[in-house]
Amino acid sequence: MSPRTCARLILALVTLIAAGCRDMYEQPKGDPLESSSLFDNGMLARPLVEGVVPRGALRDHSPYYTGRDQNQLVVQAPVPVTHDLLKRGQERYNIFCAPCHNQNGDGQGMIVLRGFKMPPSFHDERMRAVPDGHIFDVITHGFGTMYPYAQRVPVADRWAIVAYIRALQLSQHATLDDVPPQVRQELIQRQNESVPPADSPLPSQFPPVEEVRDE
Amino acid sequence: MAQVFYPSANTIARVTLMSLPIAIIVIVIAVRTASESDYVTGVNFAVDQPVEFSHEHHVAGLGIDCRYCHTSVEDSPFAGIPPTETCMTCHSQIWSDAPMLQPVRTSWETGQPLRWNRVHDLPDFAFFDHSIHIARGVGCVTCHGRVDQMPLMWKSQTLFMQWCLDCHRDPYPHIRPREAVFDMNWTPADNPEAQVALQAAHANIRTEGLTNCSACHR
Ligand code: HEC
Ligand code: HEC
Ligand code: HEC
Ligand code: HEC
Ligand code: HEC
Ligand code: HEC
Repeated sequence: MSPRTCARLILALVTLIAAGCRDMYEQPKGDPLESSSLFDNGMLARPLVEGVVPRGALRDHSPYYTGRDQNQLVVQAPVPVTHDLLKRGQERYNIFCAPCHNQNGDGQGMIVLRGFKMPPSFHDERMRAVPDGHIFDVITHGFGTMYPYAQRVPVADRWAIVAYIRALQLSQHATLDDVPPQVRQELIQRQNESVPPADSPLPSQFPPVEEVRDE
Repeated sequence: MAQVFYPSANTIARVTLMSLPIAIIVIVIAVRTASESDYVTGVNFAVDQPVEFSHEHHVAGLGIDCRYCHTSVEDSPFAGIPPTETCMTCHSQIWSDAPMLQPVRTSWETGQPLRWNRVHDLPDFAFFDHSIHIARGVGCVTCHGRVDQMPLMWKSQTLFMQWCLDCHRDPYPHIRPREAVFDMNWTPADNPEAQVALQAAHANIRTEGLTNCSACHR
């Protein structure tokens, strides 16, 4: 074998071996949440520097972003309450709040049944009287044993949840007169058919008003 | 000089030659089967984790929605793994002395993140995006299996290119209405209302370009 063929053979062999290395599988780029030995806390992604504002994400001190107007909690949510907003609020409420506050807002959620401190019912007098800004503030900053949810619930969704909690409160204190006539008939019919469960923690003169359901 | 080859050598040579192709076929089949076996692809093998976090317990037992923890799954490529703070929203009070949860508390106190072991990991040359699949109505259960029955997480699909393509060629049988994406038990209902919802979900799908190489290798 001439030295030339020999060199060619070796080259071919090296190429073959390199091809088998699969180094395109793990490229020298960072995936989200990848670990790295470069930094103290072992994470590749760097946290934002304190006070940095991403482009297009400027939060001014308006009631919309703070829930406060001149240091007073706003009484009414600074967004128009629409059917879509309520539906969004219902979805987000059921994801983030219902584990503790329960789907109907009475504070008997699954996590509370397993031993978490029981939150106040949204249907007691005090909670019905708090300004909208208070609920917004609790989601943003937490309250007592409840952790803040600002990381996971963006501002628009917080107002949607506030609106939905208001609707929940209304639903548990509604009278038959609040119901549109078409639905009223159906409700009466349903109440006659089904006896509400005896251990229902809610005032149950009337079946709960039809929820805004999307399932 | 003694005979090197006995007459029987003829037979041996013939049998060897004839069985050679068979041997090659057997080896090829064996290698293929092995490389697609669950052992190699990791399908159905539970992955050890620093904390024995059970989806079965949290999802089926407690009814927590996927998005409570995997918050970014609806609007980003990456589903997100919950930070320690998310565990602490409940475990600051629940099982707050359990030795099982010591790593979580240590992480919370020191600020060192928990190091979960990846279960699903595509090669870096393939691009995947959760948000579009969720928006178009592909359920978590279609790709991740019955997460609500997993005490520890495992892969229920190979994640091979062939698997992606099988769906991309004809996604319609795998599509559900948007609201049912997080539901582990959903099956298409038979009433007309549900059929209309399903039709509407199907109408959202754009199939052109879905099997182009550049859709996933960009
Ligand atoms: C892990 C359980 C848990 C979750 C989830 C949770 N909360 Fe709470 N919440 C509590 C507890 C416990 C309290 C009572 C805190 C205290 O008094 O120390 C509370 C109190 C409140 C209060 C009343 C504050 C007051 O004036 O007494 C509001 C309003 C509230 N939560 C809203 C929400 C909303 C909105 C969400 C969803 C984004 C939510 N909570 C999610 C546990 C939870
Ligand atoms: C209480 C928080 C929580 C909830 C709720 C939750 N998960 Fe998870 N999930 C985690 C954690 C923590 C991990 C990382 C540890 C692991 O892999 O088990 C994880 C991992 C996963 C993984 C594997 C990630 C990987 O490494 O490839 C998948 C898939 C997943 N979850 C899907 C789901 C689905 C689907 C749901 C809803 C049915 C859900 N999860 C609900 C916390 C949660
Ligand atoms: C919404 C509340 C909530 C969140 C968030 C949560 N857990 Fe739990 N977890 C519970 C409850 C409630 C129990 C069990 C209580 C019971 O059944 O007695 C539990 C039990 C556990 C257990 C005990 C073993 C078991 O499964 O029975 C472990 C370990 C655990 N959780 C880890 C985690 C980790 C890690 C996270 C963060 C990714 C987390 N949990 C997030 C509520 C939560
Ligand atoms: C079309 C299939 C598909 C669907 C639907 C899907 N996933 Fe995934 N998931 C994947 C693939 C593929 C990966 C691996 C991604 C990678 O390695 O880059 C993954 C990874 C993950 C991870 C690990 C973190 C990450 O993003 O890499 C989590 C957590 C997860 N999925 C949760 C969910 C949840 C929750 C849902 C339902 C809302 C869901 N997935 C729906 C295919 C899917
Ligand atoms: C069960 C069905 C299903 C599976 C499995 C699946 N996909 Fe998809 N994928 C879809 C649907 C449906 C769409 C949305 C088509 C549309 O735009 O309407 C989509 C869209 C995408 C897109 C965006 C395409 C574009 O042009 O923007 C990418 C990228 C993608 N999928 C990657 C993957 C990868 C990688 C895998 C395998 C790991 C995978 N998908 C597995 C159903 C699936
Ligand atoms: C739906 C998404 C999708 C499309 C479309 C797609 N691929 Fe892939 N491809 C993948 C994924 C995911 C993998 C990684 C599979 C694995 O885990 O090995 C892959 C892997 C590969 C590999 C490496 C195979 C191996 O075994 O190492 C090649 C080569 C490849 N693709 C070529 C192509 C070509 C050529 C096309 C166009 C005809 C194409 N792909 C279209 C998703 C896709």
